[in-house]
Amino acid sequence: MSDMNNILQLSDVRKVYGNDGITTEVLHGIDLTLQRGEFTALIGPSGSGKSTLLNIIGLLEQPTSGVIRVQGQETGTLADEELTRLRGRSIGFVFQFHHLIPAFTALENVMMPLMLEAGRPTPQQRERATALLTRVGLADRLDFKPAKLSGGQQQRVAIARALAADPPLILADEPTGNLDTAAADEIFKLLYEVNQESGTTFLIITHDPRLAHRCRRVVELVDGRIVG
Amino acid sequence: MRIEWLLALRFLKEGRAQTFFMLGGVTMGVGVIVFLTALITGLQRSIIDKTLGTQAHVVMRMPDDEARRIIKPDSVRTVSANIERRAQRLSSILQWQQVMRELEKRTEVTAVSPLVAGPSFAIRGNATKSVALMGIDQEKYTRIVPMASFMKEGEFRISANDAAVGTDLARELGVTLGDKIRLQTADGRSETITVAGIFDVGIRDLNRRWVFITLRSAQNLLDLVGGVSSIDVTVRELFKAEVIGQQLARQTGLTAESWMKTNAQLMVGLKSQSASSYMIQFFVIISVAFGITSVLVVSVIQKSREVGILRAMGCSRRRIRNIFLLQGGLVGLVGSLLGSGLGTLLVTFFASTAKNPDGTPIFPVVLEPGMFLIAAGVATVTGILAAAAPAVRAAKLDPVVAIRNV
Repeated sequence: MSDMNNILQLSDVRKVYGNDGITTEVLHGIDLTLQRGEFTALIGPSGSGKSTLLNIIGLLEQPTSGVIRVQGQETGTLADEELTRLRGRSIGFVFQFHHLIPAFTALENVMMPLMLEAGRPTPQQRERATALLTRVGLADRLDFKPAKLSGGQQQRVAIARALAADPPLILADEPTGNLDTAAADEIFKLLYEVNQESGTTFLIITHDPRLAHRCRRVVELVDGRIVG
Repeated sequence: MRIEWLLALRFLKEGRAQTFFMLGGVTMGVGVIVFLTALITGLQRSIIDKTLGTQAHVVMRMPDDEARRIIKPDSVRTVSANIERRAQRLSSILQWQQVMRELEKRTEVTAVSPLVAGPSFAIRGNATKSVALMGIDQEKYTRIVPMASFMKEGEFRISANDAAVGTDLARELGVTLGDKIRLQTADGRSETITVAGIFDVGIRDLNRRWVFITLRSAQNLLDLVGGVSSIDVTVRELFKAEVIGQQLARQTGLTAESWMKTNAQLMVGLKSQSASSYMIQFFVIISVAFGITSVLVVSVIQKSREVGILRAMGCSRRRIRNIFLLQGGLVGLVGSLLGSGLGTLLVTFFASTAKNPDGTPIFPVVLEPGMFLIAAGVATVTGILAAAAPAVRAAKLDPVVAIRNV
């Protein structure tokens, strides 16, 4: 089952919300495999279960049933601490609202996943973060706090941060959702380039059909089922 | 620097107003505690110093003479008797020199001094005053009561001729340095002494009655040749005087009276004063703790998005909890340092404004390093405990919910 090229493998993943007899099944048996280096768009109307699926893939939420394997590792049996560690090491997140930590500079934000892994900041982390920020075109903004950066710049920092721990999989939830078209294009281009350069697998939720069609693979979710 | 510390410090720095209010609360609280403690410790110590300035911590004496029964009741005989109490004559401690050596060996005892004390008259010209003879070994006695510091005129020099009297007795007898006084006891023994020093111990009754002479002169006058009537003892730990006294009594077969028993009322006063001070401190700590908790609860809510991001990036629940505990502890520690400074300033200012006519402070204050250490420790622990509830709450945050709530 666990082909080494399979970064992510979902088998019959279901998610049911609610209790007291009133339940809503949001995901109906999802089967999905992402291979190393894939650049995939996840599309679907609002309420189709995209965010829930992304949270489950990101190990932020547990499925009601089904099996999730991240790099061959089955996650259902892991305790909270182990899940947290696996998440830190294997998955990078890019959120719609970039979600940088305002108290830290761009450089420190990018260093954060590395600091959390190592327990403390090191000069090597600083070097790597500087290189990543340079890569996303923010070499002159290293010591800026997020509030001093534009939306596009903040999203670039978030991308650099997602790349920091060199995770095999990056999940992006509407990464261009609140950017203007030009900035959105640039961000999308950046993601694509990173994918080409590093072979990192990307799963990108987007509403924008224009962007989705630029992805090599498109997964469409409707009413909690993959339809295409 | 560990990542928990970095995050805790940065969060505190970022939430400037919140941190300021928490720090302010702790600073005020610790300030009040330092102020109160310094003042009450100072007051108590000054009261004790004044009380014990002229007293030994423990006085060892022979047990009272008791009338012994000659006919004892038994199974066939009932004895009806009216036992009269015996008049207590001045009696010497048996083998007092050996007892002294034993007492001196004990580590909790710092000074031991023999005393021959008894009643007498002091006569000069037509004036006769009732006095208390204090036959002492000058070197040993001054280790118990620092008489040299009480001298108004002359010096505390006790020898075959030289004696010391109090200011009131000197005035009543009309003597000054170098004048002679005749001491005479009830059974007619008498001796003449020269006034070498006049003291003021701050208690009029003692200034009027105490006459210090040598051990030997007192032994002659009171017909207690070779003996002593009591042994004065000072101990290392003031407030253990009663316990140590009882131990010494068991060891020597003498009676021991500690200053705590002699001044029972004072002890009650001191204890209730301490109790009320502890009570105030306790409530100050509680209110400071509530202050920290409530600010941190708000801070956790405000920081829930950051907490969610950190959790998504691989930050464990334990680490999140520690970040908030650290914030509480840091606020406690820094606040206690500021509060110690504030308390010291307040108490110093207070002591410098309230003064006796002679320039000595009315409220003697005592600032001990131990007190600051305790204040810092208590405030830090309080900070951590106060942060416990918000920290657990932060650790429990669901990252999905936290991130979504932008």
